[in-house]
Amino acid sequence: MTNGWVDIKNTDMMLIMGGNPAENHPCGFKWAIEAKRERNAKMIVVDPRHTRTAAVSDMYVQIRAGADIAFLGGLIRYAIENQRIAKEYLVNFTNAAFLVQEGFKLPEDGLYSGFDEESKTYDRSSWNYESGDGRATPNALPGNVAADLTLEHPRCVYQQLKRQYSRYTPEMVERITGVPKEQFLKAADLFTSIRKDGDMKNVATIIYAVGWTQHSFGTQIIRTAAMLQLLLGNVGRAGGGVNALRGHSNIQGATDMAGLFDSLPGYLKIPSVDDKDFDSWIKRTTPTSSKPADWDSWNYYSNTSKFAVSLLKALYGPAARKENNWAFDYLPKIDREYSWTHIFNEMYEGKVKGLMAFGMNAVAIGPNSQKNIDALKKAKFLVVCDIYPEETSDFWRAPGITPEETKAIQTEVYRLPGAGFAEKDGTFVNSARWLQWKWAAVPPPGDAKLDQEILSRIFLKVRELYRKEGGAFPDPILNLSWNYSIAENPSLSEVARELNGRALDTGQQLPGFAALKDDGSTSCGNWIWCGSWTEAGAMMQRRDPADPSGLGLHPNWGWSWPMNRRVLYNRASCDVSGKPWDPSRALIWWNEEQKKWVGNDVVDFKPDSPPKDHMGPFIMNAEGVGRIFAPLAAFADGPFPEFYEPTESPVENALHPKRSKNPVAERFRTAMDKYGTPEEGFTIVCTTYRLTEHYHYWTKNNPMNVQLVPEPFVEIPMELAADLGIKGGDKVKVTSARASYQAKAMVTHRIKPMTIDGKKVYQIGIPIHYGYRGIQEDAGRTARSLTNSLTPTVTDPNAHTPEFKGFLVKLEKA
Amino acid sequence: MANGTLQIKAISGHAGTVPGKNTSRDYDVCKLIDVTTCIGCKACEVACLEWNGYPFRETVFDNTYQTMPDTAWNYYNLIRFNEHVNEDGTLSWLMRKDQCMHCADPGCLRACPADGAIVQYTNGIVDFQQENCIGCQYCVTGCPFNIPKFNPTTKKVHKCTLCSDRVGAGLEPACIKACPTGCLHFGTKDDMKDLAETRAAQLREHTSHKDAGVYDPPGVSGTHVIYVLHDINNPERYGGLPKDPRVPWMVRLWKGPLKWIGNFGMVAGIIGVAAHYMRFGPKAEAEPEESKK
Repeated sequence: MTNGWVDIKNTDMMLIMGGNPAENHPCGFKWAIEAKRERNAKMIVVDPRHTRTAAVSDMYVQIRAGADIAFLGGLIRYAIENQRIAKEYLVNFTNAAFLVQEGFKLPEDGLYSGFDEESKTYDRSSWNYESGDGRATPNALPGNVAADLTLEHPRCVYQQLKRQYSRYTPEMVERITGVPKEQFLKAADLFTSIRKDGDMKNVATIIYAVGWTQHSFGTQIIRTAAMLQLLLGNVGRAGGGVNALRGHSNIQGATDMAGLFDSLPGYLKIPSVDDKDFDSWIKRTTPTSSKPADWDSWNYYSNTSKFAVSLLKALYGPAARKENNWAFDYLPKIDREYSWTHIFNEMYEGKVKGLMAFGMNAVAIGPNSQKNIDALKKAKFLVVCDIYPEETSDFWRAPGITPEETKAIQTEVYRLPGAGFAEKDGTFVNSARWLQWKWAAVPPPGDAKLDQEILSRIFLKVRELYRKEGGAFPDPILNLSWNYSIAENPSLSEVARELNGRALDTGQQLPGFAALKDDGSTSCGNWIWCGSWTEAGAMMQRRDPADPSGLGLHPNWGWSWPMNRRVLYNRASCDVSGKPWDPSRALIWWNEEQKKWVGNDVVDFKPDSPPKDHMGPFIMNAEGVGRIFAPLAAFADGPFPEFYEPTESPVENALHPKRSKNPVAERFRTAMDKYGTPEEGFTIVCTTYRLTEHYHYWTKNNPMNVQLVPEPFVEIPMELAADLGIKGGDKVKVTSARASYQAKAMVTHRIKPMTIDGKKVYQIGIPIHYGYRGIQEDAGRTARSLTNSLTPTVTDPNAHTPEFKGFLVKLEKA
Repeated sequence: MANGTLQIKAISGHAGTVPGKNTSRDYDVCKLIDVTTCIGCKACEVACLEWNGYPFRETVFDNTYQTMPDTAWNYYNLIRFNEHVNEDGTLSWLMRKDQCMHCADPGCLRACPADGAIVQYTNGIVDFQQENCIGCQYCVTGCPFNIPKFNPTTKKVHKCTLCSDRVGAGLEPACIKACPTGCLHFGTKDDMKDLAETRAAQLREHTSHKDAGVYDPPGVSGTHVIYVLHDINNPERYGGLPKDPRVPWMVRLWKGPLKWIGNFGMVAGIIGVAAHYMRFGPKAEAEPEESKK
C-alpha cells in the first residue's frame, strides 16, 4: 500500500476492484466502513461476482474477469475528456510534460515499437524520453529531459496518454468488459466526481488484491490504476493512493525480505551473470537522475551502493572486503527466470532435483496442480515443513494415483513439524508496511520446532559437510555470517537487530538508512527496515495507540518502512508551493520560517528542499516525478498498459483481433500445459477466490471453519444453471483443458450472464480452499479435487504471477 | 452499566461535576445491528459458539453462504443470507444476524407455564433458566421470531442469552466484541435507538437507501435487539423478519382473557362449593346397603 489500512478512513471515494476486502480482509475493511459512516465516502465495487464487499457498496459493477485494463483505460479517457484531472499536480508531480522521443509507437495494432516476433520480446530502446540537449542516450534515461509544461506537444506524455486511451470509448469498454455503457458512464462520473471542476480538496483511493495480480498482464492492470491516480492527483495524500491488500499476514514481509527470485532484501536487484564484479552490478542497477533542466530530483536510489555494501557486510561479515569486491562473487547470479512456475516447470523437465517447501502448500497453490504433482514424482527429494499433513507432502497419493503407481514413485519425502503462527514470536509486516512484533502465545506442541531452528540446524549441518568435504564453491557457505548467541536456534530479536543494521566500529544500532555507508563500516540486512530497531529500542515493538493528528497515522505504534513514514510520497499531499491540498487532512507542509518540511507524518522527501527548487515528490524515481509513461526496461510489456485478452478467452480482442493476447506473456509448453479455446467447447469464463470463512488450505483442518462452509462449491449463474438443468446442491463437473473439478452447484443471482462483443458469456467461480487432505476430505465427503488443477500455467511477464483469474472451462452435471 | 450497580457517584481528587451524576439514565440494554454495514463474515457466529462452549456440529452445503438453514438449540446466532432482485434489476445481497430479539413484551415468557423457567431482567434481557424448564415448548409457540429451540436429548429449550453472564459482569456480548466492521453496537436502549436513528437518517440523506429505518417493533413493545435496515418497509426480505411481530393471539388469549375466565371459573367453582355447603351442609352418608336386601 502507498498508504495504510487506517488511512482508508480519510477517503471520499473508494474504487475496490480486483479485491474483495470484506471477505478476505474483514478486519481492515472496518476502515472502509468508517469512511462511509464518518465521511459519507462512496464505494464502487467492480468484480465478476457480487461479493460481500459489493453487498455494502454504493455501486456494484459486474465485469468480465480479466477485462480490468479496458475499464480503467476507459476511466482515464473519461477523466481527460471531462477535464476531471489534477492539472497542477499532473504538470509538476508527474512526467506528463516530458517528451517521448521520436520512434516510439503506441500499440494501436496491439504492438508497441520494438517487438521481435521471434523471441517474443521488445527492444525497449525507443520507449525513452527525448533529451533536452539533443544528445541521444540509447538504453539510458537522458539526464536532461525535454518537456512542454503546456502539455500540448504531440509527443509529450500527456498527449500520448490521451491518444493511447482515446480508443477506450464507453462503447469499447462495453464490448470488452460487458459493462453496459450507461452503467460505465455512471461509475466513471461517480469516481471522477472528486475532481469536479479541478477542485483538489477531495481524494479517492484505489484498493486491489490478487484479483488484479493474477493475470497474464497483472502488473499492467496495477500500472493503469497508478496512472489514473496520478492523473487525478490522488497519490501521496491522506485517503488516496494505490493500495495493494496482501493476502497473508506476512506476505509483505516475505517480499521485503526477497521472497522473490529477482531481488535481494530491500528490493535490491539481484546480480545477473553479466555483472562481472561489484561495480558493474551497482552501475547497472543505480539510476542517474533524469528530469527537465530546471527541476530537481533527489533520486534516492543513487545510494544503492551503500545499501548493497551494508547488505554484503551483514551476510558475510569480515569476509566481505573492498579488496574482494565485498564478496560479490558469493552472491547468486541469475541467468534466467526462477519464479515458482519456472521451478516446477524445470522439475517437471527433470532439471530441478529437489524442493524444500516451507510455509506453502506447493501442490495446491500453483497453477496446473497435476503438472506439479507429476513434477514432484520426478524429484529426488521433497522436504515439507507444515503444521498439518497437506497435499504437497501427500502428493504421492493424490486422487488418480493407484497404489501400484504410488509404489513406483521414488521421491524421498521428509515431513518436518513446523510451528504455527501463534507459537512463534517475530514480526508481521502488514499491507501498510507496518512492522508489528508479536509474542508467542503458546509453545509449539510435541516435536514441532520453530522455523529458525529447523533452518539453522539444516544450515549448520550443510556447512559442516562443506567444511569436511569441500565442494565446488564452499566459500559463501563457510563464510556466511552466523553470529547468533544460540547458533542452532537464533532468537528473532537478534535477527531483527541484524536486519536493522549497526555501525561496525561502535557496534551501535543504526538510526536509519541515511547512516548507511559503502566503505564497509556499516552492516544492514535490509536497508528499508533500517530504523526499526535502533539504540532507542525496538521500534517494531511499540504499542502506543496515540494518534495526535486524527489521521490514523499512529506514529508510535509499531514501525513502518521507510523511516516510519505512513503515507509514501507525502510531499505530493501539498501543492507546488508546499501548502496541503486539503488543510483538514494535512500530512506534511513547508515551513518557511524553519526552512524545512514539517508535519504529522514523517517527511518522505528531502527535508530542506524548498518548493522553489522544484524537487519531485517521487524520490525513488530517477525523474523525481510519478511515471505516467514508464520508460525503457521498467516493464516488459509496454510503457503504457494496453488491454489484452486473457490467455484463454471467449472472444478476440476488440481493439486488435489479430493481436489478442499479451505478446510477451509467458506460456509453458510441456505436454501437461494445454490451453483451451471456445472452439473446443471451453466457453465459460472461470475465476477462483477465497472465502471469509476459510484461510487458504489450512482451515479445512479446523472444525469451526469447516462448520461454517463445509464443502467445496461452484458458483453458477441462475440462467446457466437453467440451461444445463442444474439445481442448487447438484453435483457438477468443471473441465478445463487441463483437468476436471467436482463439487456441488451454488446457483445464484450474484453472477449474471454478460454480453461480450455481442456474444453471450457466462462466468462461474470456484473457491480455492479444498483439496485431498482435511476433515471433510479425509472423511470422504468431497470429490477431493484441487481448484488449481483447472488453472493454466501462464504468467505475467513482469511479476511472474500465474493467471488464476479468467480461464476457460466447460460445465456439466456430474 | 448493565444493571446500574457500578455507576459512579463520587470520584476522589476530582474537580468539577461527576459525569452522569444525578442524570436519569435508562438502564435497559440494547444491541444495535446495522445491517447496512454487516459483511456477513460470521465472526459473531463463531464468538457465540466459543463463548457458550458449544462444539463443532456437522453442517451440509445448502446452496447458500448461510451456515445452516435455521438457528439451533446450540447455535443461537445465525447470519441469514438472502438475494433480493430489486425492481430495477439490481441485486441486493442482504445479510442479517438473526438471534433472540429480547422483546420488551416477550411472548415466550408470557406463554411459559413453568415457574422461573424464563425471566426478564430489569435491563431487558430475557433469559431461559434451563433448570426450571419443563420442556413443554409453549415458549416456541409464544415467540413471534421463531427463536427458542428444543434440545430433544435434555428436553430443555435454549436461545441467545444476550450474554447475560458477560453483561452482568459489565462486558459486552461476545458477538459485539468479535464484530470486525463495527456493525454491532451495544449500550443503553436510548443510546442505541439514537445511534440507529442517526444512521438511518444518514442513509436516507446520503445514499440510495431512501427507505432506511430502524426496526424496533411496537407489537412486542419494542425489542432489546434493534436493526438498521436499508428498507424498513420490507423486513421480510431479510430472511423472514416479521413486519409487525406480535405475541400469537392463542398465547394472548390463553394467558389473557382465557386465564381470567379460567381463574374466574375456578374462583366461581370454589365459591359455588362453599355456597352449596352453607346451603345444604355436608353430604349425608348413604344408608347401609344391607337395609335394601
